[in-house]
Amino acid sequence: MSEITELLQMYRAMCRIRKVEERLSALHKAGDIPGFIHSSMGQESVAVGISRYLTVRDTIAVTHRGHAQSIAKGLALSALFAELMGREAGTCRGLGGSMHIADSSIGLLGANGIVGGSLPIAAGSALAHKLDGAGNLAVAYFGDGALAEGIFHECINLCALWSLPCLFLCENNGWSEFSPSDEQFSGDLKKFAAAFNVAYHFTEGLDVSAVTQMAEHIIDAIRTTSKPQVFEVSVERFHGHYEGDAQAYRDPVELAAARARDPIAHLREHLLAFGIAASILAQIDVELTVEIEIAVNVARASPVLSTNDAFAMVYAS
Amino acid sequence: MTYGEAIRAALRDAMCSDDHVILMGEDIGVAGGPFGVTSGLLGEFGDQRVLDFPVSEAALVGTAYGAALCGYKPVVEIMFMDFATLAMDAIVNQAAKAHFMFGGQFSVPMVLRMAHGGDIHLGAQHAQCLEAWFAHIPGLIVVCPSDAADAYDLMRAAIENPNPVVFVENKTLYRTTSAPRNAENKAELGRGRIVLSGNDISVVTYGAGVQWAKDSAANLAVDGIDIEIIDLRTIQPWDEALVLRSLRKTHRIVICHEAVTGFGVGAEIAARLADVGFSDLRAPIRRLGADHMPAAYSPKLESHSRPDSEKLCRAIKEVLSYA
Ligand SMILES: Cc1ncc(C[n+]2csc(CCOP(=O)(O)OP(=O)(O)O)c2C)c(N)n1
Ligand SMILES: [Mg+2]
Repeated sequence: MSEITELLQMYRAMCRIRKVEERLSALHKAGDIPGFIHSSMGQESVAVGISRYLTVRDTIAVTHRGHAQSIAKGLALSALFAELMGREAGTCRGLGGSMHIADSSIGLLGANGIVGGSLPIAAGSALAHKLDGAGNLAVAYFGDGALAEGIFHECINLCALWSLPCLFLCENNGWSEFSPSDEQFSGDLKKFAAAFNVAYHFTEGLDVSAVTQMAEHIIDAIRTTSKPQVFEVSVERFHGHYEGDAQAYRDPVELAAARARDPIAHLREHLLAFGIAASILAQIDVELTVEIEIAVNVARASPVLSTNDAFAMVYAS
Repeated sequence: MTYGEAIRAALRDAMCSDDHVILMGEDIGVAGGPFGVTSGLLGEFGDQRVLDFPVSEAALVGTAYGAALCGYKPVVEIMFMDFATLAMDAIVNQAAKAHFMFGGQFSVPMVLRMAHGGDIHLGAQHAQCLEAWFAHIPGLIVVCPSDAADAYDLMRAAIENPNPVVFVENKTLYRTTSAPRNAENKAELGRGRIVLSGNDISVVTYGAGVQWAKDSAANLAVDGIDIEIIDLRTIQPWDEALVLRSLRKTHRIVICHEAVTGFGVGAEIAARLADVGFSDLRAPIRRLGADHMPAAYSPKLESHSRPDSEKLCRAIKEVLSYA
């Protein structure tokens, strides 16, 4: 595949996530989506870069900020919209929502409402992959905020000790809710990984190509060695902690600078400079809009699960 | 066969019949766990089936849950039930809720073995009976066998069950033996057992309480008092139909457990019976559990705060004396 075709694919994948989240934001504002939603706008390059090298049998455990991670792994848009609107056609039949979205058919082991919650799930899945011996791996997506949780220490120790094929993927957006990361964690992830003899990699998320190139190399190494690795990507959080967070606690100048570090705009400029016509990019936008509106309509048409059916979900039979 | 050996036999038989059954826990390999339940299994099944875990309870249950989502059937040993406090996120927020919050896409066939109870003088952090906590959580099943035969059957049933099961083992029972049970009384999840049939009063209990009730029965028989003993075997869901049938016969009830009385298993059963069994009651429902204090280290102080057959006899007589 030519480099330009690949870049166009990544551009489309990132725009698809961005446009879905813009639509989710509007639906939330309009009251069609209840509760908390945490947008990954500004962070799309991470999931897109990683997911290129994952198969459907690889598993991911994702965070509360998990839309990009889930969509990039293959979550169907109508099922996503329906889930967030609390409808029966959602992957979790409307019982999970944004913070608990899961899809067994694509190896999505759930988003998590608990900071650090994804870590042991991915480690356990990596254990299962190792016992299966089929060369699959697990990705633990987590935010910088989870570095302050004890479970992080337990999981990296275990995966290093037992050589479990787990990718610890830290999306460092510099914020843990309303507090900057440096007020939360005095350590250094690179040194932390080194202390456990775990390979560590870092890149800026602004350039999706950089993420992708490193991801290919890291994922390949995990598959062949069955050893965990840590990959930290620095990104920007455009929309605040959750939808509706005006981020008044951030310096407006710093925030504007952060928003200027947009992986999608960055790639777009690159593509244009490369000679791709603006009309081709506009066409992608139109196609995505159509796809998203169809998905929203499917979701809207879905009923809410009956109370009896919900009650029947408490226990597996 | 002892209670401990019965659990080991159940683990071994389950591991032989399904190679997705794996054991996870701290010091369960060469050491066989503090009570020797898993001894020999590492040699028999190897370190890919018997996973000796570092001292990391949150990761222990969290990874067992992750493996269960991916098709394994982990049986986890939490050395002492007190240590489950370090794994509560994995148990309560994750495993218990997965089937529900993921809309039935995933089930969690995981068993969490944990030893509860006092009388071995380890003090306040190695003696708690926390089963009511787990029984309170939708999505969890909680069992507590009182003898070797039930321990075997309940462990096999727990491993087969697609839900997370908290399997409570009583420390004082590990070395006890029991007669084989006939097929009709084989333990199943959710079904209690009439240990002794009687007409004057029903004693509803589980775990170590069953032996206290049997001792009480022998003592009370001298006074012509004829008690019925129900071993719940499963705490969540408890066998309400069986208890109600017994209440309709005896009209009087004492609920006895080793856990502290307040907000406990007895409280739930009493409240439910006061509702659905009100017209069958001829005396107030009595609960007998431990005093509202942590387990004391001093053996004398510890035993003062725990129930025993003497206290149970007294409670039974008081309920019977109610006009
Ligand atoms: C155990 C736990 N503690 C606190 C919270 C509240 N909370 C939700 S998100 C968050 C910050 C997480 O920051 P980070 O991991 O960096 O993820 P980000 O939101 O930046 O993507 C906190 C503290 C929670 N959900 N779970
Ligand atoms: Mg963050």
